[in-house]
Amino acid sequence: MSAMPTIRSREMKIAHEIPISKTLPFWEGLKQGKILATKCKKCGKLHFPPVADCSQCLSSDIEWVELSNEATIETFTHVIVRPATFQQEKPYTVAIGRLKDGVRVLAWLTNFKPSEIKVGMKAKLVAKQTPQGQLIYEFTRPE
Amino acid sequence: MRKVAVIGVGNSKFGNRNDVNVQELSFEAVKQSIEDAGISPKDIEFVAFGSAGAGAWYEEALPAVTISEYCGLTDAGLARCEAACASGSAAFFAAYSAIASGCAEITAAVGVEKMRQIDTPTAMEFIGRSGYYTWEFHNFGLTFPAYYALHATAHMAKYGTTEEDLALVAVKNHKYASMNPVAHFQNKITIDDALSSMVIAWPLKLYDCCPITDGAASVILASEEKVKELKIDTPVWVAGIGYSSGTANLSKRLDYVGLEAAVHAARMAYKMAKVTPDQVDFANVHDCFTIAEIMAYEDLGFCKKGEGAKLIREGQTEIGGKIPVNVDGGLKAKGHPIGATGCSMIYELTKQLREEAVERSRQVPLKNYIGLAHNVGGTGHYCYVTILRR
Repeated sequence: MSAMPTIRSREMKIAHEIPISKTLPFWEGLKQGKILATKCKKCGKLHFPPVADCSQCLSSDIEWVELSNEATIETFTHVIVRPATFQQEKPYTVAIGRLKDGVRVLAWLTNFKPSEIKVGMKAKLVAKQTPQGQLIYEFTRPE
Repeated sequence: MRKVAVIGVGNSKFGNRNDVNVQELSFEAVKQSIEDAGISPKDIEFVAFGSAGAGAWYEEALPAVTISEYCGLTDAGLARCEAACASGSAAFFAAYSAIASGCAEITAAVGVEKMRQIDTPTAMEFIGRSGYYTWEFHNFGLTFPAYYALHATAHMAKYGTTEEDLALVAVKNHKYASMNPVAHFQNKITIDDALSSMVIAWPLKLYDCCPITDGAASVILASEEKVKELKIDTPVWVAGIGYSSGTANLSKRLDYVGLEAAVHAARMAYKMAKVTPDQVDFANVHDCFTIAEIMAYEDLGFCKKGEGAKLIREGQTEIGGKIPVNVDGGLKAKGHPIGATGCSMIYELTKQLREEAVERSRQVPLKNYIGLAHNVGGTGHYCYVTILRR
């Protein structure tokens, strides 16, 4: 910051309560180690991230389906400089993987050395609870 | 539709502007544009503002009205347009449409962003949250450098684009910024400087990224009738505008080697202007990250898909090359005050088309008097392509 004179705005702390009632099976599924997507019963479109309403045919008649966990990594990056609320994390790798079901998923890629990570490689998508109790999903090394 | 011309442009000095607040910064650009057009603030019937970070990066939550009052524009129709980093172009489109439709005779598009009033990690946080917060930021902390890094990785894997190719874009754009008095950066860099700079989101390094910049730009538009009435010497006509959008979730894109929204917007703009990519004399493209400039060459049809790196290697996007690109320094080195960028691109296009580029050594040669601006919001979340012709 330069030495220019300033006045400081009033400080305000914000956290939003984000409704998940319509996608609750997804969040509950993570606890059981499952990754669920939604499928439109009218047009058959598979949606991930899960949605309560189909953007393809505008139907709200959906069903929950479990995704396969085999992914092919299409691209990735190692995030070294992290935003404010991720300052406590170590640098992390974000990847986009294509699942056998046809949908793509964006998530962290863990348990690989950076030099091992290549576009086109296989990874396993798993649901997990962090030590802080946060429900997440990530790509990891296949068994 | 009626013909619409750009009759006045203004651009504040870009950079770390802690000497001014958002109103004072906007005033610098608005005043210049009004004087350039030779009109008074009261002649402006509608004002469209572009700004994305109101209330986040800077203190005013609804800045259109504070800026409008400060610049003497009260009474004009007023709105703020948000299309992420393409907010300035969205404002330009609103101001253009008001005249083209016959609703107004003289309008203004003003883009502004004040990004340096908060600390850098918080500034990055707000930008990172601007994709799909719930699905791509909340759990995964995806930053904007990371969004474009995902594209760089895919482009490198598919087409053999290298980190050196990316560095060449940074070197070119720093060179031109050093010749542009309004640019944030005034220094030239070498390929080694770029390659040895710290990694931000691999494969992107510090010099692959645009800086966090304060700045404002303003454009005055008028109908053909007003252009005649005001006896404007060198009106620059809006020949074509194209627009499109992409999915919020990057995971829903078809590939990561280009921006589909840009391809669609370009096609629409070329069709409306009745021009082909090879007729464009020069372009300002959305190089928020170096890979974005290489993808833009391809998406705009300046080369075939996958051959963007070849264009920069051969120097074809320098002055004297096939299609000079970002000879004002681009977002990369002129700076990228998010909401100002679209209007700043129109400023540069207009100055070049009038043959008024400062410094003179960065004036592009004009054959057809056609310039193109490519302004992307997010990572192809929004896109506007604007073609101007003198």
